[in-house]
Amino acid sequence: MELVAQDLTCERGGRIVFRNVALSLKPGQLMQLSGPNGSGKSSLLRLIAGLNEAQTGSLTLKGGSEDLSIGQQAHYVAHQEPVKSALSVEENLAFWRDFLGGGDVDDALAAFDLSRLATYPAGLLSAGQKRRLALSRIVLVPRVLWLLDEPTVGLDTSSLERFVKVMEKQLDDGGMIIAATHVPLGREPDLRLELGGAP
Amino acid sequence: MQFLANPTRFLKIANAALPTVWAITIVLFAIGLYGALVTAPADYQQGETVRIMYVHVPAAWMALFVYTVMALASALALIFRHPLADVAAKTAAPIGAVFCFLSLATGSLWGKPMWGAWWVWDARLTSMFVLMLLYIGYMAIWAAIEEPHKAAMVARVVALVGFINIPIVKFSVDWWNSLHQPASVFRMGGPTIAGPMLWPLLVMGLAYTFLFLALHLTAMRAEIAARKIRQIQIAEIGDR
Amino acid sequence: MKLILALIKRDLTLSLRQGGGIGTALGFFLSVVVLLPIGIGPDQALLARIAPGALWIALLLSVLLSADRIFQQDYEDGSLDIMTMGPVPFEMVALAKAVAHWLSTSLPLAIAAPLLGFLVNLEPSAILPLALAMMLGSIALSLLAAIGAAVTVGLRRGGLLVSILVLPLYVPVLIFGLSASQPGAAPGLTTASLLILGAIALVSLVVSPLASAAALRSYLK
Repeated sequence: MELVAQDLTCERGGRIVFRNVALSLKPGQLMQLSGPNGSGKSSLLRLIAGLNEAQTGSLTLKGGSEDLSIGQQAHYVAHQEPVKSALSVEENLAFWRDFLGGGDVDDALAAFDLSRLATYPAGLLSAGQKRRLALSRIVLVPRVLWLLDEPTVGLDTSSLERFVKVMEKQLDDGGMIIAATHVPLGREPDLRLELGGAP
Repeated sequence: MQFLANPTRFLKIANAALPTVWAITIVLFAIGLYGALVTAPADYQQGETVRIMYVHVPAAWMALFVYTVMALASALALIFRHPLADVAAKTAAPIGAVFCFLSLATGSLWGKPMWGAWWVWDARLTSMFVLMLLYIGYMAIWAAIEEPHKAAMVARVVALVGFINIPIVKFSVDWWNSLHQPASVFRMGGPTIAGPMLWPLLVMGLAYTFLFLALHLTAMRAEIAARKIRQIQIAEIGDR
Repeated sequence: MKLILALIKRDLTLSLRQGGGIGTALGFFLSVVVLLPIGIGPDQALLARIAPGALWIALLLSVLLSADRIFQQDYEDGSLDIMTMGPVPFEMVALAKAVAHWLSTSLPLAIAAPLLGFLVNLEPSAILPLALAMMLGSIALSLLAAIGAAVTVGLRRGGLLVSILVLPLYVPVLIFGLSASQPGAAPGLTTASLLILGAIALVSLVVSPLASAAALRSYLK
């Protein structure tokens, strides 16, 4: 399996965000996306997730499923947390389990140390806890490709360690991760992609 | 008022007072209902139907009274920032809404034999209907805003604006109604109410007031408990 | 199918637990109803004549103005992003959310409205046909409102715009809904109107998910 992108150009609001981006990612590899604000890190992630369209270029997941789009084989964690404050922590995850198909809620909660908070309304969670709840979705449902946009924002040291463990498990299982971030992820990336160098 | 602002002290007093308040409520209802249903005479025009009055009129009084309590509590909350005043206003609303609904429903039941229709846009009914909407709006605000402090601040404004509006609505509805039909359509039980009919009405009014007091204290107690639970939950979540 | 049911269930739970669900819609409905006699005068005979139309218009407005809840929150917190990446087509997501809106708001309103008809002196014989027509018509109302909600989801002040976009679509529902709920009408006319209402609902069932999903996708980009 291999994620290959060639010659990607992205335009938003009449402005070219990046052009001619190429990348290749193999199972077990972590890629770190970096670059100044506005260099198109988020745009590239959304583009791979299928939430955005490229003006030119091609994007393929070689060896992936024929029937599913790349987005349907990937997890995307954005800045906002898709967490419903009127539902309990558990109910939030249970919905995503039902909707995305499969997975064990208790394991996912345990992975980010949320088990104790399972029955509390998600509206009471602190920012960091919401972040962990949003991240636990990627553990809940196994998917080969993770697209993470600033995943470590708001995480404390112990949560960061858990996050690193979760990433290592995904890589050991043959998964792929692309993470956009300014700060160290807690694990050395296998590949780096610098956006916004020279337009 | 300052004395009651402490929730712990309030709870102590409320707990001590509640059994007595309930007892008084029950006694008053027993006397009032006996007077209303047994000793009071049937009306020479309306017959036995007039007995609805003993349920209807106090309910209408209470609907107005409770809104006044709500507005007063909101004003206190606005001026002195007592969290307990917000609790008082919030918990009064559903009770007042039920009284308001009761007065509308019984009025409608009364209206069927009187006017031959379940509902007539009589001035009084229209005003009460608008009051009902004000209650619904106030409760909707509490329900719509998740954060209790923010909800309280908005709800205060809503309650006070509504309170200022009530006399204006009442005045304009009366004017609107007299424009359309002569004012003599309906006058409750004639211009004067005879003694045997009056005293049960007054006792019922008192009984309703005590019922409100009992329900309100209970509801406030529950609301304080709910807030405590929320606080405990937040505290527990805070230390992970 | 199970995934869709999970989504409908979640939306229903949310609308029950959060404020501003059916209670607010019902309050809005009553507010519109009270304005009517004030506007035209409390003449019982006149009110009786316009009662079905008045109730229909109040229903249209209540459904329309409650519709912004269908997609707004999920758009803002990124849930819609994730939903496009689920195993079900996004059109089904849009449909499920419209169905949840119908179940939580439009259907209860359609049941309550004829019962509240006594406020505008609705003839008792008109209650049943009106209830039937409204329940059938409310399907289309929710589905069409979902399109409006999707088209304006990313706009800060979508409220008025939604009305302009959706109310014209409501015209056929109003026309045939009214003709189905006329108490004195020939039985053939009532049946025919109900059938047409059903047809409108079916057409909306096809168009609404396609249109809503397309509109939402373009906002997500």
